[in-house]
Amino acid sequence: MEQEISNTPQDPSPEGESGTFLLKLYVAGKTPRSVTAIQNLKKICEEHLKGRYQLEVIDLAHNPSQARTDKILAIPTLIRSLPIPIRRIIGDLSDKDQVLIGLNIENI
Amino acid sequence: MTDVVSHMTPPTVKLEKASTGIEGLDEITSGGLPRGRTTLVAGSAGCGKTMLAIEFLVRGILEYGEPGVFIAFEESAEDLAKNVASLGFNLKELEADGKLIVEHIHVDRAEMAIAGKFDLEGLFMTLESCVETVAGKRIAIDTLESLLGGFDNQALLRQEIKRLFNWLKDRELTSVITAERGEGGLTRHGLEEYVSDCVLLLDHRIIDQLSTRRLRIVKYRGSLHGTNEYPFLIDESGISVLPISSLSLDHKAGRERISTGIPRLDVMLEGKGYFRGSSILVSGTAGSGKTSIANFFAKATCARGEKVLYMAFEESPSQIKRNMESLGLDLEQWVQKGLLHYHASRPSMYGLEMHLVKIHKLVREIKPKVVILDPITNLTGMGTGTEVHAMLVRLMDYLKAEGITGLYTALASGLQIQLEAAEAGIFSLIDTWLLVRDIELNGERNRGMYVIKSRGMSHSNQIREFRMSSQGIDLLDVYVGPSGVVTGSARLSQEAAEKAASMEVEQEVETTQMRLRRKRKVMEAEWAAREADLAAEEAEAARVAAQKKKANVRLETDQLEMAVHRKSDSMASQDAPGLEDK
Repeated sequence: MEQEISNTPQDPSPEGESGTFLLKLYVAGKTPRSVTAIQNLKKICEEHLKGRYQLEVIDLAHNPSQARTDKILAIPTLIRSLPIPIRRIIGDLSDKDQVLIGLNIENI
Repeated sequence: MTDVVSHMTPPTVKLEKASTGIEGLDEITSGGLPRGRTTLVAGSAGCGKTMLAIEFLVRGILEYGEPGVFIAFEESAEDLAKNVASLGFNLKELEADGKLIVEHIHVDRAEMAIAGKFDLEGLFMTLESCVETVAGKRIAIDTLESLLGGFDNQALLRQEIKRLFNWLKDRELTSVITAERGEGGLTRHGLEEYVSDCVLLLDHRIIDQLSTRRLRIVKYRGSLHGTNEYPFLIDESGISVLPISSLSLDHKAGRERISTGIPRLDVMLEGKGYFRGSSILVSGTAGSGKTSIANFFAKATCARGEKVLYMAFEESPSQIKRNMESLGLDLEQWVQKGLLHYHASRPSMYGLEMHLVKIHKLVREIKPKVVILDPITNLTGMGTGTEVHAMLVRLMDYLKAEGITGLYTALASGLQIQLEAAEAGIFSLIDTWLLVRDIELNGERNRGMYVIKSRGMSHSNQIREFRMSSQGIDLLDVYVGPSGVVTGSARLSQEAAEKAASMEVEQEVETTQMRLRRKRKVMEAEWAAREADLAAEEAEAARVAAQKKKANVRLETDQLEMAVHRKSDSMASQDAPGLEDK
């Protein structure tokens, strides 16, 4: 895992400690996949980012036009708006390693 | 139970079509793209997919009042607007009017990580939102690959492609989806073409350094369509597709006749000229006057107030005009009046198809009654025989369908008609075929013209001598002697000989008359002489009689004097008879 993180040297903020993680999870309705995604994300955050993240779950089923404005194609999509740069992770987040790589969180 | 006969009525719902407004495309699809269904436009890079998609939307808005949505995965809205501004499409204005949405969706594989299962629900929400905003009837997605390239889960992609097509169909959107051409197959995923109702394949080929864009309808569910490759052109007015040949052979044949511009030629064609809307071929060797015949026809057409499109492939318009002036033909006046349109272009300037597309465009713009191609044989150097043949067939077909009279000149390479006929194999399509050929005789070259065929009229079978002078074109009778057709100075000498022969006869008559006159004179003279003789004799006789009388009188007087002299006593009693008694 360490190696894979170092494989992305273009990332300017390898450490999460410097700031709060601002996360947005886009789902569409209460589908099993949405529920899985939310559960998976919460678990990962609690494990790795305890106390230094803000999570917002946006259900596009309530406001479909937001998919257009926020440029969301895949459902579910997780967007890390902070720290910069913005990162996108798609899927139900069941692949924990990929989520950690995507969010650029060091595996503890 | 007794009602065994089921009254099954087959579904006669005709497939509704949405006109694209793209020149020619509606014709080859017999009406447009399937309404409320998806059309896949496949092709490699740079073959005009995006152009077709955007034109389909813009014309849908401008000409058919159907709002549209353009989903761009490749170009940003700004770039797209700039690219099509050259075609006169103002996307920003249409967007401001709420008729069009250009939605750029950026998909970059490098910017996202995939962690688990997902679907493209967000895309459908975006589409939904766009379509709802403008109440869209048409949608274009450009290109499928850019969207799908962002995700590498093949199973999921296939599922989402199907879902997309179903989604579009459910909403009854007339859709155009562009797709990169796949290796070997029609598309990358080999699926799109099966789920689409209509598949158009665009192609950009370069043959002999000339590029030609082509379009083919690979499939069209529930509709008749042309199966050929149709050349198309992208120019300042957008895409024009050229229907290679119309699907049916049903053009109307008119009975109207139009003058050839050469009175004697009209006479050869029943005295009325060509049929309107027919195809006329003027073939002949170099310098035999083909262009002149074409221009005289152009003049006659303009004089009737009809428009002529003259495609010159050999000479520049000014050169043609100058040359025609020497035949006493003032063509400039018709050009000025906007009736005569010359368009000169080098045959090698574009591919064969492009010429054809250009002629089609000009015909649509100018709406001429007569189209002249001078000469068609210059085009033959550009492609293989079959290509040229196909092109000419298409053109003639098109002009006929439009009721336009087409006059084509063809340079014949030899004197043999067989050679000429083999040239393009188009001659079976020609309605009236005039052949101008050289007749070499007695060390000089003259032109002879005849009508090889002219459908639907009893044309002259005579060869005429074709003579050009500052007075124009004249067709003269030729003398047919034992050595064949006689033209030029041989004709003149023949004429002289005939004249001499007729003079001889005249002289002979005159000689006879003179001889008779002389005879009469001689007779008259003789008669006069005899009369004179007679008169002389009569006069002599009268004189003699008078003399005798005089002599008698003197005798009496003499006797009397004698008696007196003798003192005759019987002088008183005796008379002259008494004297006699003595």
